[in-house]
Amino acid sequence: MSDVTLDQMLGKSWRKPAFVKNAALRWTLIVGFVVYLIAAYLTIEVDWGRVYVGLDRGWAFVLAFTSPDFTSRWSDIWSGLLESIVMTVAASVVGIAISIPIGLGAARNIAPLPVYMICRGIVAISRALQEIIVAILLVAIFGFGPLAGFLTLSFATIGFLSKLLAEDIEAMDRVQAEAIKASGARWTQWINYGVQPQVMPRLVGLSIYRIDINFRESAILGLVGAGGIGATLNTAFDRYEYDTAAAILLLIIGIVMALEYLSGIVRARVQ
Amino acid sequence: MPVLARGDAQIWRRRTARESLTRAFGWLLGLAVFAVCWLMISAKTTWFFVFDAPRIAGDIWTRATPPRWEYITQLGRPIWDTLNIATLGTLIALCLAVPVAFLAARNTTPSALFIRPVALLIIVSTRSINSLIWALLLIAIIGPGVFAGVIAIAIRSIGFCAKLLYEAIEEIDQTQVEAITATGASRWQVMAYGIVPQILPAFAGIAVFRWDINIRESTVLGLVGAGGIGLQLSASLNVLAWPQVSLILIVILVAVVISEWVSAKVRGAII
Amino acid sequence: MLRLQKLTKTYKTGDQALKAIDLDVPKGQVLALIGPSGAGKSTMIRCINRLVEPTSGAVLLEDVDLTGLGSGALRKARREMGMIFQEYALVERLTVMENVLSGRLGYVGFWRSFLRRYPQPDVDEAFRLLDRVGLLHMADKRADELSGGQRQRVGICRALIQNPKLLLVDEPTASLDPKTSRQIMRLITELCQERGLAAIINIHDVALAQMFVPRVVGLRFGEIVYDGLPTGLTPDKLTEIYGEEDWEATIEKVEEEQEEIEAAE
Repeated sequence: MSDVTLDQMLGKSWRKPAFVKNAALRWTLIVGFVVYLIAAYLTIEVDWGRVYVGLDRGWAFVLAFTSPDFTSRWSDIWSGLLESIVMTVAASVVGIAISIPIGLGAARNIAPLPVYMICRGIVAISRALQEIIVAILLVAIFGFGPLAGFLTLSFATIGFLSKLLAEDIEAMDRVQAEAIKASGARWTQWINYGVQPQVMPRLVGLSIYRIDINFRESAILGLVGAGGIGATLNTAFDRYEYDTAAAILLLIIGIVMALEYLSGIVRARVQ
Repeated sequence: MPVLARGDAQIWRRRTARESLTRAFGWLLGLAVFAVCWLMISAKTTWFFVFDAPRIAGDIWTRATPPRWEYITQLGRPIWDTLNIATLGTLIALCLAVPVAFLAARNTTPSALFIRPVALLIIVSTRSINSLIWALLLIAIIGPGVFAGVIAIAIRSIGFCAKLLYEAIEEIDQTQVEAITATGASRWQVMAYGIVPQILPAFAGIAVFRWDINIRESTVLGLVGAGGIGLQLSASLNVLAWPQVSLILIVILVAVVISEWVSAKVRGAII
Repeated sequence: MLRLQKLTKTYKTGDQALKAIDLDVPKGQVLALIGPSGAGKSTMIRCINRLVEPTSGAVLLEDVDLTGLGSGALRKARREMGMIFQEYALVERLTVMENVLSGRLGYVGFWRSFLRRYPQPDVDEAFRLLDRVGLLHMADKRADELSGGQRQRVGICRALIQNPKLLLVDEPTASLDPKTSRQIMRLITELCQERGLAAIINIHDVALAQMFVPRVVGLRFGEIVYDGLPTGLTPDKLTEIYGEEDWEATIEKVEEEQEEIEAAE
């Protein structure tokens, strides 16, 4: 197209070249999307009368945030919250400890193929299963209580952290690692000196992020009987005690904000 | 890196004695916290059930296999609902997240003193609370059904999308914006030419990423009555119909894998 | 045509970037603004079109004081001043054509620009300019596919399609190799001549400035310390502008280079 001349172009209107070059494909995508939206909209049954009635309750809930009730069910809230925190801490420690070896194993540039396949398999299973579904199964197996929640969160942590750690190791600077290897270091020494310093800051950052996620998730495990604040919250909703529910939600938001603030500080310090 | 003089010899240590001591103390404290957490979990656990767990797990496994394949004919509509919850929820969330992100980004907010904190509050509060809890809340307000699920997913995703988007807005190249401003463009034109093209790839990435997560989350919303395949799961669990449960779990796994594949493809096409 | 009167800029940190600058640029004159980094060159250029708000003083463009204008009038005034940037500042994810046409944003309404439906004369002018700088065949390429020199040419087109009276040029060659730098400087000065444009070219390469520009203004610590012909830049003057350094080599090199260029042309 280098032989176009100015005379050919002058007087011609100009259109921005389309993102999808093929016109037929472009229109199929647009029409298909619109048709899907209409179909989806039509199949959702909305009982507007019910929604209208509910608006009052919704407003009552919003108002409840202005006067949250921490006191009348404080002992329930406190035990639920404590259980959530305990589960979070224990599951994060165990999950992080296990995900380090699995993360090493799932990095193709440092692990042999059989180990790589096994570790990637574990990561894939852990990531594909929704926390709440794992929790249901574990509650069925181990009975109600925080143990099931603890195991669920540990399992989810492994999938999350190992995958990101492995990707980080695969993306690391190979020259630094090779320099250590060239000095005649053993495998463990090589990991300690060549790999660990490169991925450590990110590992710390991700771990703290995962603690944050674990706490948020621990708040819903109670819905299926796996311990934590979720059960208290569910009860509060069932009894329409919006002021108590608002108090619990505010506590969750507050703790998540504090954790995020903390993780910001820690990440700034390790990097 | 201190060098200690011990007699004639000089000994190199990585840390000073005080540093080593602080670190040792830190580790000890961490270990103690973990031990306390573990004791609290174990105190609430019925160990008899736990020791019995392998037998129960085996029992569930024999009951759940083979899955009841013919049940799949009844899953068509729930799968469609699940897809709709995720897609419509993501779309609504994106529409709301864009203005919130622009109000929250330091370089585009109209008022850093008043509006920005409000936008950040919206982001934090919608993000810290899991979509299952939003669903619980909405069911209490507008009644059970797919609609509550759509709204729950939408609310939960606002904060997530807006946070990533406003970080992208804060990272744009300011000179490109300056260049457009210098042509005499109006505020909205600067937005459309200087800012939007720069964040469009990030926006598309976030949208697809969140849609992928929402597919996972909407599969379990039914557990609390907010529509989708989770309703069938919860119904089957309640009557201990394990062959149906295993089929539903397989369907959910397939859906998750497909959604991950689609999102990876779309992201690849955009970036 | 452009007059700066006691133009002063004090940043919030207390740094005084410009100290009561007085400057007169007649119609059609190209002048180079030299000085060490931090002397206030960029600030001065940005104060003229108010990308940076001046603290006090006046900027008179054809006897209209720009410092007092409201946002609508300021937009109209900005259309009269094309700006060319150091790192090209093209919107990288838009096509070359969109980047050039974005110079017309001050003239077209929002929806028209949003839907990319520019008036035909604008489109024709964009084609003409791209042809003039030799990039017509690149019109539908994305800006980030271009090389540095090509991007700067697109930047020049974007400034010229505004149909300005004045060009504000901020370090046009800072990110380019020596050969491309000269080509770009030559292109800018030629285009200014063709269209009778005045230009303020902020440049740190003294030799390059001396080669192409009839008037040089030296800035140091926010004050004008030199204003005159490029040949008047003696080692003493350069020491005054930049501080102590052996300037003989620079000047000799310039003379040699000038001879080379003359021989080549």
